Amino acid sequence: MELLTVLLVVIPLICAPITAMIADRRVAWALTLMMCLALAVISAMVLNDVTTGKVIHYELGGWKPPWGIEYVIDSLNALIAVIVAFIALITVIYGRKSAEQEIHDSQIHLFYAAFQLVILGLMGMALTGDIFNLFVFLEISSLASYALIAMGHKRQALVASFNYLIAGTLGATFFLLGIGFLYAASGTLNMADLAARFDDFASMKLVITALLFILIGLALKAAAFPLHSWLPEAYTQAPTMVTVLLASTSTKVAVYVLIRMLYQVFPQAYWEEMLLPGFLMLSGCLGMLYGSYKALCQVSIKRLLAYSSVAQLGYMIVGIGLNNEAGLTAAIVHMFNHAVTKAALFMAAGMVLMRLHTTSLDKLRGAGKTMPWTTGAFALAGLSLIGVPGTAGFISKWYLVQGALAQGNYLVAGSILGASILAIMYVWKIIETLYFDGSDKLHVHKVGSGKQIVADLPVATACCYLMVFACFYFGLYTSIPLEAAQTAVQAMMGNGGAQ
Amino acid sequence: MSDSLILRVITKWLVPVILLFALYVQFHGDYSPGGGFQAGVIFSSAFLLYALVYGVEATSRVLPEAVLRIGASAGVLLFAGVGVVSLFKGGTFLDYSALSDTPLAGQHIGIIVIELGVGITVACVMLLLFYTFARTIPPQ
Repeated sequence: MELLTVLLVVIPLICAPITAMIADRRVAWALTLMMCLALAVISAMVLNDVTTGKVIHYELGGWKPPWGIEYVIDSLNALIAVIVAFIALITVIYGRKSAEQEIHDSQIHLFYAAFQLVILGLMGMALTGDIFNLFVFLEISSLASYALIAMGHKRQALVASFNYLIAGTLGATFFLLGIGFLYAASGTLNMADLAARFDDFASMKLVITALLFILIGLALKAAAFPLHSWLPEAYTQAPTMVTVLLASTSTKVAVYVLIRMLYQVFPQAYWEEMLLPGFLMLSGCLGMLYGSYKALCQVSIKRLLAYSSVAQLGYMIVGIGLNNEAGLTAAIVHMFNHAVTKAALFMAAGMVLMRLHTTSLDKLRGAGKTMPWTTGAFALAGLSLIGVPGTAGFISKWYLVQGALAQGNYLVAGSILGASILAIMYVWKIIETLYFDGSDKLHVHKVGSGKQIVADLPVATACCYLMVFACFYFGLYTSIPLEAAQTAVQAMMGNGGAQ
Repeated sequence: MSDSLILRVITKWLVPVILLFALYVQFHGDYSPGGGFQAGVIFSSAFLLYALVYGVEATSRVLPEAVLRIGASAGVLLFAGVGVVSLFKGGTFLDYSALSDTPLAGQHIGIIVIELGVGITVACVMLLLFYTFARTIPPQ
């Protein structure tokens, strides 16, 4: 099992340069598919192994930690690895047609290579137990995603990518400075070692600075509320496959790193007394209200969903800020549930884009009659986004509200409900336009109506519905994400930080 | 610039010396300051000098962009390949000691091969960057 964990990083590392060398779109796609399949199988096995509470350690290069780089896998990062691997797998199956349509033939193998590098970076961030190694993987995934976003077929994609580049680089710089300060104070980069020896250097002022720098860097990467401005344009302009992958994984991994830092590197007791939990809750609450409100104002479906992502990230930040078991469980489960839900929604939006070459709502009036399957996916996944009982979105919101009430924090509970009402409104806005406004004549690309549409994109539709099914499945059978989250939360809350 | 005789002759003299120095930095890197990154940059600077004096056209005849693209990936593959070989030989990923019979020899082989990978990738990427930007300037 130890050997398998490192393969999660090694396989994409070997696969990506090979893909970049072979200039054939079918081979590139097949290689990416095989890589994702391998990662999905391995990550599922690893998760199955660690939900019992076991922790896997793997020492790279034969150097003993804390000097060498070590991979530490517990149930939290195994869950993240599973999210990344499975979303990537389904995205690759889904995206074959859309990538061929959106990406120029001469670039498509590079597109897939960069796609694999993003997965490599996210996997590495999830698995590593070394804080500097984490920065390296953060940069790998970020640089690859700048390139991927820039490949969007409109010229605005370049601007969106450049904005993300600036914001992302600032975030990475803050994060690196934070690591530097922490290293200066402690002399170590190993997370477990940092946590174990924290009391030796906890009195230094430098450590507070390090914490704040790391937090700000990660908040930029995670698009937490005031630092979210790069996200909507980046998601809107990126090619469909990239939007699906990034929306459901990359910000989640940044939130995961935030949790790891706050609960296992810096002891909980260290930052609990600061204003920090309050700030996190404030940022989260404002984020979910602002994100939902902005989503309501949007005309383009892709941008609407992107703003809704800002709002959903707010829920996770609030979960961390609540700083109790229910809140943290909610944050972790919501990463999983939101990944599934947003993947389904962006896949549906991608199919609309492929058929009609627009996602602007004012051009999609009455599309429900022409594209019943795609719009059906919108409606069903939208339920999960709102958090209707029986869907995945309900589970995490339920825990979150419980966490807020357990603290007697009615303001937070109220914000969650308020944001949910806004969510109903923006999901309804989509549904109303698609189903109840029947005035425009649609210009469906190449295809007339009815069953032909499904027949033309059977694989993409099937993948989309797989994610929709997952929204409901994980709403009814919550054991996989919930058990992993609870094991992780108990490990983190139980022994006050040290592993 | 290309019609200056002095520049052309000096460049022809300098290019092999720079390449040789790059190789020295590359392969002596485990005993003295240097290594793959520095060597790669020095190696590519020889071609940069050539391109500045003789033009990008002439340089890309010597080293076409397609070769650079392959090289950039091959270097990464070489680096990762060393890790995989050490995995197969029973060590952990990138455990050079497992590469040979004695750990000392293994460490030597490991560091030289991965630095070679770094050198190839850095040299190729540096030149690719130069080509990419040079192409956007119209020839005078």
